[in-house]
Amino acid sequence: MRGNIIKYPRDNIDTDVIIPGQYLKVHDYAELATHAMEGLDPDFHSKVKEGDFILSGKNFGCGSSREHAPIALSHCGVKAILALSFARIFYRNSVDGAFLLPIEIDQDAYDGISEGDEIDIDISKNEIKNITKNQTYKMKPFSEIIGKIIAAGGLFKYKPDQD
Amino acid sequence: MNIVEKILARGSGKSSVAPDDVVFADVDKVMMHDVSGPGVIKVFDKLKKQGISVDKLWDPTKVWVAEDHFVPSADKMSAENIVKLSNFTKQYGIEKHFKYGMGQYGICHTISHEEAMVMPGDVYVGGDSHTNTTGALGAFACGLGHTDIAYVLLHGNIWFKVPETYYFKLNGKLPDHVMAKDVILKIIGDIGNDGGAYRTMQFGGSGIDEMSVESRLTLCNMTTEAGAKNGIVEPDQKVVDYLSKRGATNFNLVTGDSDAEYSKIFEYESSEMEPMISKPFSPDNTCVVGEAPSVELDKSYIGSCTGAKYEDLEAAAKILKGRKVKIRTEVLPAAISIYQRAMENGLLKIFLDAGVTVGPPTCGACCGAHMGVLAKDEICISTTNRNFPGRMGHIESQTYLSSPMVAAASAVTGKITDPRDLL
Repeated sequence: MRGNIIKYPRDNIDTDVIIPGQYLKVHDYAELATHAMEGLDPDFHSKVKEGDFILSGKNFGCGSSREHAPIALSHCGVKAILALSFARIFYRNSVDGAFLLPIEIDQDAYDGISEGDEIDIDISKNEIKNITKNQTYKMKPFSEIIGKIIAAGGLFKYKPDQD
Repeated sequence: MNIVEKILARGSGKSSVAPDDVVFADVDKVMMHDVSGPGVIKVFDKLKKQGISVDKLWDPTKVWVAEDHFVPSADKMSAENIVKLSNFTKQYGIEKHFKYGMGQYGICHTISHEEAMVMPGDVYVGGDSHTNTTGALGAFACGLGHTDIAYVLLHGNIWFKVPETYYFKLNGKLPDHVMAKDVILKIIGDIGNDGGAYRTMQFGGSGIDEMSVESRLTLCNMTTEAGAKNGIVEPDQKVVDYLSKRGATNFNLVTGDSDAEYSKIFEYESSEMEPMISKPFSPDNTCVVGEAPSVELDKSYIGSCTGAKYEDLEAAAKILKGRKVKIRTEVLPAAISIYQRAMENGLLKIFLDAGVTVGPPTCGACCGAHMGVLAKDEICISTTNRNFPGRMGHIESQTYLSSPMVAAASAVTGKITDPRDLL
């Protein structure tokens, strides 16, 4: 999976800035997408392209349980978030709803990858390649259940009885 | 096993579980509200298009519904969501739907304990991050998103990774001017916004034994702000009395074994606790009130599942009695039952005499949705739970989190104030 990086080099990007509370009443996915990252980056919509990845620090998606957050980002075209760590509800919403991939990275990848870099993510090898800078990093492997739900295409397509 | 491991083992039909085991646990109660409900309905619509049957819920008697975020309906879209929610509960035969304007209603987490919707030992999930609150009754209470709640509604179970447990031991009774809110702000300041991430935060010790059930609810409520999967207190006689007053007597008290394991133990002395605040823009950005910056406040907000239970209003009233507020102050009891008790016991008169606006139960301004949101550059002291940028309104507004006592004292002076200065 290939895409370009939009980098927010900070920790604790919370759901209130990913999709502010006033839009919690909105359930139209396309409309939610128009407000993504409104609380943090007014230029997000001029930057984001189909297939992009967001890179950020620790505890990405902390705050509320609103599934609006991964929905809004994925409907802008964001396919994966690369972060040092994730808040738990954002993480499982992303995976169980099959909206985007939450990829845990290490400090080297966080420091080494810059805004605009072209990245190739290979989850079968747990590898992240920086095409622009010709560097390779390891991603943290998904836990068994997360890997299976991602492979199935979301929680509703995952059949636990067949394990 | 500790209490959470025992509840999850029972829920998943296993004799024992350990941290990091992945289980599918049967759910005893599930909650959704006027934000997560329409989100779940949207998931149901998607499933229908994929040919997955959504004709029947697994057990409508185990489902309950609250109206809290955008009520009284903030605008046309919010009103439509309430209609959608009502149609859904009617279609699927869900009887426990707490509608505003029809007697008891309120913030979902407040209804969970005021109406005894959740029992000790339950596996309880809700479509809201502060579902953790109800762990104070001795349940495994955990927040989930729309897809997961839809899954629970159709299957009756959901996957969990069994969390490791951090045990927070509080020694001794809290001083009169310190509330449970101060304790949890202190803890979050110490361990950080992700200090409890993916874990259980369990509270115990003589300080917790001394605490009311409502104070324990405040502690568990804000485990969410430390990233915890759930917060929990082992149930005792106080919980039994609290629930029996609300008509619930049929439950089993689950407690941890004597050799229960905790991955880390933190110890706090009540006598060393002080009134605390979280400064903008993060719950873990804490300091004692004595070291608060000298800012001119525009507003004091006493509301939400965190800070508008009966005990919270009582604490605020103690400060506001016979005084006048210097800044705009709003009190929004978190449920109608609390509103009513506040009326019967004279609290509402104290608030109104002080110049406070008393509003209806709603999540409203806490999440920046409606009914009291902040303008650009406005500064608010609030009994709520989060203060990220834009949380309570404009992205350039500021929120300080505090206990109801500190919020009330600050309402009187217009500056962040230690309640001891007024008591």
